[in-house]
Amino acid sequence: MKVVLRNPRRELDVEGPMTVAKLLGQLEIHRDAVLVIRGDTLVAADAVLEDSDTVEIRPVISGGAG
Amino acid sequence: MKCTVCRGPAVIDLRRHNSNFCAEHMVRFCRDQVAKAIDDHEMIAPGEKVLVAVSGGKDSLALWDILVALGYEVEGMTIGLGIGEYSAHSTAVSVAFAEARGWPLHQVDLRGEYGYDVPTAAQVTRRVPCSACGLSKRHLFDKVALDGGFDVVATGHNLDDEAAVLLGNTLHWQTEYLGRQLPVLPATDGFPRKVKPLVRLGERETAAYCVLRGIDYVVEECPMAEGNRHLRYKEALNAIEAASPGTKHDFYFGFLARAADRFRPEAEEAKTALVACEGCGAPTPTSPCAFCRLVERAAGHEPVPVELVRKPRGRRGGRKGGPKAAPKPAGTTAPATAAEARP
Repeated sequence: MKVVLRNPRRELDVEGPMTVAKLLGQLEIHRDAVLVIRGDTLVAADAVLEDSDTVEIRPVISGGAG
Repeated sequence: MKCTVCRGPAVIDLRRHNSNFCAEHMVRFCRDQVAKAIDDHEMIAPGEKVLVAVSGGKDSLALWDILVALGYEVEGMTIGLGIGEYSAHSTAVSVAFAEARGWPLHQVDLRGEYGYDVPTAAQVTRRVPCSACGLSKRHLFDKVALDGGFDVVATGHNLDDEAAVLLGNTLHWQTEYLGRQLPVLPATDGFPRKVKPLVRLGERETAAYCVLRGIDYVVEECPMAEGNRHLRYKEALNAIEAASPGTKHDFYFGFLARAADRFRPEAEEAKTALVACEGCGAPTPTSPCAFCRLVERAAGHEPVPVELVRKPRGRRGGRKGGPKAAPKPAGTTAPATAAEARP
């Protein structure tokens, strides 16, 4: 599958199928720090991502204090 | 994973609430949390006119969308801060959001109307960029709110923001700030009421709301905020939250319920008599006000590029640590590793 990372934007190829939780674990990304988006909607931690999928792992932490 | 409400397929799990939600019930959850915050803290009365401070990020756009959905009379305001392409993109996203919905958006451009931008102000005054930015925002949101007859200014500070600020204020025993760290700041002489209706929502929740509502927001981080102290406090709290979900909520709302009043005298003591600024008329302890002094020093200066004042890039949240690695282009060898996911 194609995995799109942000800040800075870049792409990885990862062999599927695997769950969202396993993908985040493999990349050592904490699930509470990101959203995983397939198409135009969110996918939950137990969702299975297929080899043909494109998913975005979007960080949610922002730095401004206001 | 099933939705806690309807048992349909869930799209998100919220560990601190021990709940999972489908798209419909996640949107409803977010709106209910905002309605509860407004109600609990008496933020906005029916019929009041609200000015939302809009940055183009997830929090301010989610806030605007939710307040309209809850039936409030809301207009937006965005400020062109002049932080290179980041600001241009933020303004474009905010304008596109407002235009697509036919909602009114007030725009102020620092360079166009006041002759400076945030990088230049930071460089000239030797303030950290977030300080020059915050000073400019507070002054201009107050001004537009008062000039436009708004009853209240709503900002997109969320639970993560407030918990991080609280941690910083506590670590350094900033008792005056602790006495003022409230979800509502009442209107005072010459200042409109300020409210933070997102204090019951974490930033993952506001981001999820935007995705589920099809709201295009600025995902990129402000280049001048990278590595700032606020982000380090968020990282520390996120590490605790990961081991003990709900800690941030308990920290912030426990403070409001059991400790905030204890610091009120310090905040009251720090208040000084205000006079009208000789430059702009805004209430200020000394005239001219800090904003007018900032304008005076920065406006005549040659514009300073963002790159000259931005901090070196630091490690940010979401990763468990380790050395940096160069990004790998798509189409190369698998499997991906944690190092490849780091910037």
